[in-house]
Amino acid sequence: MHLTTDEVRHVAELAKLRLTEAEITQYTQQLAAILDYAELLQQVDTSHVLPTPYVLPLANVMRDDVSEPSLSNAVAVANAPDKANGFFRVRAVFEE
Amino acid sequence: MKPVTMTKQLYELTIHEALAGLRAGVFSSVELTQALLDRIAAVDDDVKAYLTVTPERALAQAAAADQRRAQGEDAPLLGVPLAIKDVLSTEGVRTTCGSRILEHYVPPFTATAVSRLEQAGMVMLGKTNTDEFAMGSSTENSGYFTTHNPWDLDRVPGGSSGGSGAAVAAQMALGALGTDTGGSVRLPASYCGVVGLKPSYGRVSRYGLVAYGSSLDQIGVLAKEVRDAALILQVMAGWDDRDSTSLPLPTPNYAAALTGDIRGLRVGVPQEYFIDGMQPEVDTTVRVAVAHLQSLGAELVPISLPNTDKALPVYYLVATAEASANLARYDGVRFGYSAHADAMFENIRQTRGQGFGAEVKRRIMLGTYALSAGYYDAYYLKAQQVRTLIKQDFERAFAQVDVIACPVAPTTAFKIGEKTDNPLEMYLSDVFTITLNLAGMCGVSVPCGFDASGLPIGLQLVGPHLGEEVILRVAHAYEQSTAWHTRWAPLSN
Repeated sequence: MHLTTDEVRHVAELAKLRLTEAEITQYTQQLAAILDYAELLQQVDTSHVLPTPYVLPLANVMRDDVSEPSLSNAVAVANAPDKANGFFRVRAVFEE
Repeated sequence: MKPVTMTKQLYELTIHEALAGLRAGVFSSVELTQALLDRIAAVDDDVKAYLTVTPERALAQAAAADQRRAQGEDAPLLGVPLAIKDVLSTEGVRTTCGSRILEHYVPPFTATAVSRLEQAGMVMLGKTNTDEFAMGSSTENSGYFTTHNPWDLDRVPGGSSGGSGAAVAAQMALGALGTDTGGSVRLPASYCGVVGLKPSYGRVSRYGLVAYGSSLDQIGVLAKEVRDAALILQVMAGWDDRDSTSLPLPTPNYAAALTGDIRGLRVGVPQEYFIDGMQPEVDTTVRVAVAHLQSLGAELVPISLPNTDKALPVYYLVATAEASANLARYDGVRFGYSAHADAMFENIRQTRGQGFGAEVKRRIMLGTYALSAGYYDAYYLKAQQVRTLIKQDFERAFAQVDVIACPVAPTTAFKIGEKTDNPLEMYLSDVFTITLNLAGMCGVSVPCGFDASGLPIGLQLVGPHLGEEVILRVAHAYEQSTAWHTRWAPLSN
């Protein structure tokens, strides 16, 4: 299967991954090889087969809407790389 | 109850032997825990199974267990030192998932499976190494270091729960939790010569398990003997209101299933799991093990699982698609590494580009591609449809047989570095294990021999969904009528 470096760059942007040129080149080759292997699936007739996204018969699992103790603000932001006044701090979104 | 034989060092005990000794007052949990910490200090420089050892916490838990016991209390794991794979959240103890992106992450809560073990009296020795975010078959994808196989330090322990497998095999824990998305408990069990149990999907709560492939992930056990694995499953199984995919069903009594009697059981032998290109010793050793089941009174039934050869591509599309969504949360904002770049989206790109290792990025890329516009039907949807056929293969088989017996992997443990340049070849290590995850079935790896280099070989016993009792029964009967479980890696202490 032919995969271009531009396609790989596009996928990297969808996945929000900053890749090096060397990584782009390497992943272009490796993903093409893996997708070639996945071509095996195209031989299977699935015209009347439903997909299995999930193996259990459970659906729409509900619980009563009751409040329970939850994390304190200090604990919730404790792992943040950047925080201020109990908030997660990020760079302005509209600068780009 | 058998008296505890003191010909063994404390760290050499099984869990059920240790419990007998603790209950009889032969030794304390502090003594037992210290023996394991000493063992870790003696051999883990060579094996490198642990990412984090928590000696003070372990000794405090052991002292608390001893105090509870002195007050007349007992509990299923009271005072038993175990290891936990570092993808399971532990409040107050760093949980890295083998990734640099979570190097300093300390969870504010504990995974349900772990908290149930703690409520049952477990002493946690530490957190074990794993391929980054459980993505791998060797621990070579760990962001920290590679774990070495205790049977041959130049070889991998299998993955992704290789740290847990090696910790049990090197007798640095009486047992350990692992996780299994495509074989990550059973493969290290096979490569390290210990028992590895992957429960059915829905049997054990995944709350607090850092997600990789959510429709496939399941928490499992690495243990010295089947009885120990059954005990740990007993404690951690069952419905949890924090995981909507845990099943609201009572947990059977697994110890009661260990009857030693498998007469009349129908054991399916799938032709697709004995293939060209396998290591010949694995083929012959597993066939001998299957014949042994027959000698114990089981009936062997040749079966076919015709879509087995499609499972690997299905798995690598489904698992990576799910991973690409699950790993979107690592954005450098709420937890984990941040590149601290000057602009919002550039920070996300750089954080992820720098924080994730090569295999994780490869799988995110593959999964994102499979889900992207124009390719969704051809890859992701197609894979989900073929997944249905794989599941139907098992359903047809289990209409005929009680359990399926087959190899865990096509080879024994490979050399460190042997497959790192070829991801596809590495993925082939999982060819006999991923089918169960796709179908939600349960499976167990039990030691069944060694190859000419002295490397362990595992027999895989597969059961239907929620069929843990039958696979544990067969594994236990096999184990107790053979001597493989009495052989240990010749590490110097």
